[in-house]
Formats: sequence, structure tokens, C-alpha cells
Amino acid sequence: MDFARSLALVAPETLLSVSGLILLLVAAWAGDKASRAISIAAVAVLTACAIIAAPALWGGAMGPQTEAFGGQFRADAFAAYGKLLIYASAGVTLMVAPAFFDRVKAMRAEFPLLIMFASIGMGMMVSAADLLTLYIGLELTSLASYVLASFLRVDERSAEAGLKYFVLGSLASGILLFGMSLLYGFTGSTSFAAIHDAMTGEMATGALFGVIFVLAGLAFKISAAPFHMWTPDVYEGAPTPVTTFFSTAPKVAALGLMMRVTLEAFGNQVFAWQQVVIFASLLSIVIGALGAIGQNNIKRLMAYSSINNVGFILIGLATATQAGASAMLVYLAIYVAMSVAGFVVILLLRDENGDAVEAISDLAGLSKTRPWLALSLAMVMFSLAGIPPLFGFWGKFVVFQAAVQADLIILAAIGIAASVIGAFYYLKVVKVMYFDEAVDKVKGTGELSHTVILVLALLVNSPLGYLLTKCLDTLAGNAAAALFFAY
Amino acid sequence: MNGFPILSLMLLVPLVAAVACLVVPREQARSVALLATFVDFALGMVLWANYDIGGAQWQFTESAALFAGFSWKLGIDGIALMLIALTVFLMPVCIGASWLSIDKRQGEYYAAFLLMETLMIGVFAAQDLFLFYIMFEAGLIPMYLIIGVWGGADRIYASYKFFLYTLLGSVLMLIAMFWMVNEAGTTDIPTLMAYNFPAHAQTWLWLAFFASFAVKMPMWPVHTWLPDAHVQAPTGGSVILAGVLLKMGGYGFIRFSLPMFPEASAQFAPLIFGMSMAAVVITSLIALVQTDMKKLIAYSSVAHMAIVTVGLFAFNIQGLEGSMIVMLSHGLVAGALFLCVGVIYDRLHTREIDRYGGLSTNMPRYAIFFLLFTMASIGLPGTSGFVGEFLSLLGIYEMSSWVALVCTTGIILGAAYMLYLYRRVAYGEQKNADAAAMLDLDKREWAMMVPLAAVVLWMGVYPESFLAPMRKDIATLDARLAHAKPHGDADVKAGTGKPAAEEHSAHGGAH
Repeated sequence: MDFARSLALVAPETLLSVSGLILLLVAAWAGDKASRAISIAAVAVLTACAIIAAPALWGGAMGPQTEAFGGQFRADAFAAYGKLLIYASAGVTLMVAPAFFDRVKAMRAEFPLLIMFASIGMGMMVSAADLLTLYIGLELTSLASYVLASFLRVDERSAEAGLKYFVLGSLASGILLFGMSLLYGFTGSTSFAAIHDAMTGEMATGALFGVIFVLAGLAFKISAAPFHMWTPDVYEGAPTPVTTFFSTAPKVAALGLMMRVTLEAFGNQVFAWQQVVIFASLLSIVIGALGAIGQNNIKRLMAYSSINNVGFILIGLATATQAGASAMLVYLAIYVAMSVAGFVVILLLRDENGDAVEAISDLAGLSKTRPWLALSLAMVMFSLAGIPPLFGFWGKFVVFQAAVQADLIILAAIGIAASVIGAFYYLKVVKVMYFDEAVDKVKGTGELSHTVILVLALLVNSPLGYLLTKCLDTLAGNAAAALFFAY
Repeated sequence: MNGFPILSLMLLVPLVAAVACLVVPREQARSVALLATFVDFALGMVLWANYDIGGAQWQFTESAALFAGFSWKLGIDGIALMLIALTVFLMPVCIGASWLSIDKRQGEYYAAFLLMETLMIGVFAAQDLFLFYIMFEAGLIPMYLIIGVWGGADRIYASYKFFLYTLLGSVLMLIAMFWMVNEAGTTDIPTLMAYNFPAHAQTWLWLAFFASFAVKMPMWPVHTWLPDAHVQAPTGGSVILAGVLLKMGGYGFIRFSLPMFPEASAQFAPLIFGMSMAAVVITSLIALVQTDMKKLIAYSSVAHMAIVTVGLFAFNIQGLEGSMIVMLSHGLVAGALFLCVGVIYDRLHTREIDRYGGLSTNMPRYAIFFLLFTMASIGLPGTSGFVGEFLSLLGIYEMSSWVALVCTTGIILGAAYMLYLYRRVAYGEQKNADAAAMLDLDKREWAMMVPLAAVVLWMGVYPESFLAPMRKDIATLDARLAHAKPHGDADVKAGTGKPAAEEHSAHGGAH
């Protein structure tokens, strides 16, 4: 085995790990004063990693030359696509976080480091080609995430969010491990390729249980119904920059991982998991839509919205085709842009004391007092609802098109009809901002970094985003082709 | 005009102006909007003047492969030309109607209207299936805001109802579009119009498109969003809703349902007839008992749209031509009637019919215009309403005498509710002092009424101007439908009389 080649393939992870450790030492000696400098350094490192990872995506890297360490790790175009989204999300989080934490006087040097370590884990998740790599990546991400959720130590809600996330996350990890052990027992290997080859013909009941347990564990991580219960509490309780992070990068990583596992490892047994995915998908769409209707906290609303969107993304997975995988990747990219825009607006919603305004009723009449902010949030809401001409429509478009091409017309029809329920609560936010009398609660002004990120994310969400469709289509096509290589 | 992207320009002008409206000081927003709509009107007239009647079926075509999965592809035939002309004609009127009555958040209001204009022209000019869908759906957002922000008391309920109703109708159409594109391998509308989908699939596809168009049209019994939306929308919103948005459903039938699924259209024609007959009778009766002027006109719109649908599904040239003229005429007349309501609403701020009375005394000029549009709505010969309804009913008479019989009652009932409305508003004693004190039309209102009245009369007296560009396209459509045409009960035959010579010899033989 060529060790040098393997190391070259894991260059982004290596760079992140080494620089993360160095910055950890800097943090230990320089203290919290250096947290802004460390954040900037972390963003620079993430950018460098993205540049290292990008050629694999543009070149459509796939096949044996992308495998490192005896086939445990795969740095192909699919992994590169996921990593680009993950690093971008992590970078955005690092850029918006300091302002938030400074205001509550809780900015500490560990924050950028935790984000970096989580990013290493997520990079491993999307590159995993073996159950062990999968688990290590997942746990690295999760441990960093538990700490991030409770980062505001003095805030009860934040501590509660961290604890809930930890307890339920551990349970899910346990379920996942149990499923993995069953799979190992019945197929004799932890490698995705070997599991793929072993699962031909009639499936053993034990292996089937393994598949189901693994899927249940992963469904928890992507917050798909019926394993979604933790999401609203954690989203609401966690500090807003952390929520921004949770709703973007780990979603990409966990969905990427789920695609790897289902389409690569279980690629021979589509019928064993297709029904499960369809069930989870429709349930997520409906629960996400119905659950959101009664919410008055905008972060909880975004949590239900993320459940709802995961449901749509899973429709792409249910097709089990390359077009479906490509559609999921396109949707994920757009979803990241929508979430970033949404949460940056939420970060900008502050009253005159600089405290966060999270109640939807406090946004009443925002269009009169802060027209541009209201317009931004309205664009995000319509985009999340998938109303053309906003770019959020394109995500739904490709996913449902893939479903129809795979002859899942009934699923597509039910899913799209259920999306109308979702439109109701997105409309509610717009209604409060535009139709109700002004309460004039939002006063705060934003930092330049917020404005820049918001404008960029909104440009992607605007109809101009359609100009990206060709590029997205090619890149997601490369990534999906890598996923389906040799299977 | 060859190669000049005039359609893209027509889409761009209102779009740029919409952004400008958000940026400029709010007192100037309406001037920007008026200027942009006039520019677009001028472009529309250039378009009409350069349209080659009898030339290629699709003219002013543009194509740019900008996107993955679909493309920026525009082009018009005569049918689309007429509807675009209607749109650009009504838009300055809408801006004029809002000139003084909109006093809050002008910038956003005019931006929403200009955005609507872009999207409506886009719907009629799109030659790519998904481009059409995007334009078709996108209209929901500005319309939702127009109703919700500037509407009346119950505006929030009305805006939700409008949005969710039409969205639910449309999303199923999207699934059908995916299937069609998957099957035919193209998103090009002209190609799809000639593609023969398998008959069993046509049934489902037709139903999915029907779900969308029936709600947009609106057909009974899914029309209930319309009265709410109309009553709550500001005058300009009502004019554009009645004038152009309702035409999208009819345009959808004539562009998609009929040519793409002829067999299914024949199969479901009885369903259309049933719903239309119910609509004509039921909504006309409902209109008769309304006390709110806008609601009355809204229900009359549903009845008129039912005449459109029966004409479309008559499967003959008269029916199709008649339906198109009814659509154009209704766009003008219903728009004008909402304008008439708006004129007195601006003065008294109520739509209750009882609060008016005897307006012909103090507002004689207004009463004349109102009478003209009332007569046009009834379908008096010499006005645009007559031409369309006559042709439509003639078309359907060939298909089914019973449907024709029931639908014709719509004209009688229409006369009843419109004249009853007119009598209560314009004639009788002046029982309300404030209504009796209202001033007659001012210059701005004159400027809006006169062009509308002129076109209504023009279309009534010389409809050929409007029929000529569409004739060839309708003949093409009729030829496309010919093989699927259901057997009508009129049983039209060539005469059985024998040639004179033969008759003579037979006569002679008897001697």
C-alpha cells in the first residue's frame, strides 16, 4: 500500500487536525483575547482545505485511486462536494459567531477549535468507506457538537440543549453501533465494498435488522422523523451561531454518510431500505409542516423547517438512482444557502439592548420599520417553501423530477401536495412581517460581515441563482457518478 | 425586428422598474411605474404591429440555454399576442387606478404590480414548459402581498386562501410536467403540443393540469377564493386579477390541455360541461343576491369564465374563437367594472350597494360609462361581450344543445343581476346624502375610462382586428383536435336534397 498517496488523499483532514492542534496551543497560552485571531486563522485553514479538496470535485475523481488506507477512506468527487459545503458552512459560522458571543461576553477561544474538530469529523463522515471510519467521524463530530450546543455555560436553555443532544445522541450512536455489529456479524466485514458484495440474493433477517438499526441511527443524526424530537429543543436552546452550524454542516455530513451507506454498502438491497426511507421522508415532510404551524419561536420554526426539508431530500434517496443522488446534492447546496441566509437574518434580529428577538409575534410590521431585513426574511421563507422564482424551488424541482423519473409518481404527488401544508407556516412569517401592525421591537444593526454573507446567500436564493444550475448540475453529477462508480 | 429580443425586453422593463420603485423616494414610485407600463405598452404595440398575420406559427422566438434542465425560450403565437396586448393595455390603467387611493408603502405596491406584469407576460411568452411553470407560480408572491398588505378588512384570510388554493392546484401539475418531459424527452412547448401521449396517461396528465387551471380559471366549485380575493384586493389588484390573472387558466387549457391531451380532453368534456353549466346558473344566482358590488362582479366573472370553458371544449373553431374573445372582452369589461366600483369607492369608502343610489343625477358621465360596461358585461350587440358569447354558444350548440340551452340562461341571468345592480346604484331616488354629493369623474378617471370604452366598442363592432392574428393558430388547434372530437348531438349533415337534374328525371319517371 502506498502510504504517501494515502496521506496526500487525506490532506484536508491532516491540515485541519494539525492546525487545529497548533491553534489549541495558541488558545491555551494566549487565552480568550486571541479568540478573534484564532477564528480568522480557522477560516483561513478551512479555505485552504476547501482549495485542496476542490480539484477532486471538478475533475470528477472516482475509483480505486481515490481510496486511502486500504479502502477505509475515499476522497472522491462525492466526498469533495460534501467537504466544500461543510467547510463553507463552518466558515460562515466562524464569521458570524464572534459578534454574537462578544455581545453576551462569552466568546472563548475554544469555539473556533470545536468547529474545526467537528469539520474534521464531518469530512471523515462523507469520505467514509468503512463502518469504522464512519463511526469515528460521526463521534468526533458529535462530541464537538454536544459541547457547542451548551457553549453558553450560564444560559440554562443552552445547557439543557447540550444535555438533551448528548443523551439522545448517545442513544442514537448506540443504536447505530448495534446495527453495525449485526452487519459485521452477518456479512463478515466492516468495509462498504465487502458488505455490498456479501448482501446479494436473499437477505438474512439479522442483516436486515442491522440495516434498519443503522438507518435508525442515521435518521437521528439527520433529524428525520420519527427520530426528530431533539431538533426543536436543541435548535432553540443552542446559541444562534451554533444553530446556524447545526442546520447546515452536520446535515450535509450526515446525509452524505447516509447516501454512502445506503447506496454503496446496501446498494444491492434497495428494496430492504427503500420503504423505510419513503416512510421517513413522508413522515418528516408532514411532521415538519404540521409541527411548525403552532410555533412562535423563529428558531424552533427553522428546526421544523429543517425536518421538513430533510423529508424532501430523502425523496431523492428513495429513488436509489444516480439522478436521485445528484438531486439530493443539489438540494443540499441550496438548503445550505437558504439556512445561512435565514439564520443570519435571525442573528440580525435584535432589540435596542442587543438581545435577540426570537418570538415571531415580535416581528410584526417589520416591513415598515426595517424593510430590507423583512424583505430578506421573506425571500428566505418563500425560498424554503419552494415557491418559484426563488431558488429554493430548484431543490424541490430536481428531487421531484428524479422521483418521477424513477417511477415513484405516487410518492412525488403525495410529497409535493404535503409541501403545500409547509407553505402555510412560511406564509405566516411573511404575514406577520408584512400585514400586521408594527411593534417596532427590532432595532439592532448588523456588522459588515453579516451583511456581506447575507447578501451573498440571498443572491443565491434569488432568481439569479438559476444561473448556477448548470454548474451545480455538473458538480452534483460528478459527485453522484463517483458514488455510483463500480456498483 | 428579426433577432431583436423584444420579448425579453418587455420582461425586463417592468422588472427593472420594480427594483427602481423600491429604491426611489416613495412619491416618485408611481411615476416610475406609470412610465414603465407605458414603455411596455408601446413595446406591446410594436409587437402587434410587427406580428406577421398568417406567417410562421411562432414568432419573435428567442432561445438561450442558460439553465440546466430547462432553457430561456420565448416566442408567441396569435393567442399569446392578444393576451400580452391585453396585459400591457390594462397595466397603465391599474397604475392609474392606484394613483391616489394607495397611500401606504407606495414603493412596494408598485414594485409588486410591475413584478406581476413581468410574470404575466412571461407566462404568455414562455415556450419552455418549466419556464412557464416558474412564471405561472411566481405570480402568487406579489399577488399574496398585494391582497394582504393593501386589501380590506378580511385581507389576511383572503390572501391565505388565494395562495394555498392556487398552490395546491399547481404543484400536481408540476409532477405531470416531469412525467411528460421524461416521456417526450423535451421541455419545448411547441414540440410537446404535437407529441402524442399514450391515451391512458393522458387521463392522469389532463387531471393534473386541470387541478391547476380549474383553480386559476376559476371553475365552480373551486372558485371560492375568487370573491374573497377580489373583495379584499385594492382596485388595481382587482383589475389585474380579473383582467389578466383569470386568463391564465383559459390560456392553460388552450395551450396545454387541449393540444397536448386531445383524447383526454374529449373524455373529460362532459365533466367540463357539467361544471360550467353549474357555474353559470349557480354563480349567476349568487350574484343576484349580493349586497357588495365587488362580490357581485366577482361572481359574474366565474359565470363568464364558465362560458369560456364550454367554448374551449366545444372542439370547433367557433367555440375556440369565441372563448378567446370572451377572455379578451371579459378582461376589459370586468377590469372596467372594477374600476367603476373603485371610482365610487374612493369617494365613499364602501362597496355596499345600498349606500349608493341615484348616481346618474350627480355623476351623469360616470353613469354613462358604467352603463356601457354593464351592457358589455351582459353581452349587448355592439359591445365586445356579444361577439364572444355568441361565438362560444354557437360552438357549443353544435356539440350539445342542452349545454347551450343551460349556458344561454347565463345571459338572461347576467342581464338580471347587472341591470339590478345598475338600477340600485345609478337610478332611483338619492336616498343617501353623502352619495348624492359625490363629484363626477375627474381627468384621471376620464383618462382610464375612455380607452377601455373605446376598445370595448371596437371589439364589439369590428372583432376581426382581434380575431385575425389568432385565426391560423385556432385552425391549427382545431385540426389537432379533429381526430379526438366527440360526436355532438347537433348531427350536422350535408343536405340530402338530390341534384336538380336527377330530381327532375325522377319526377319525370313518375309520370
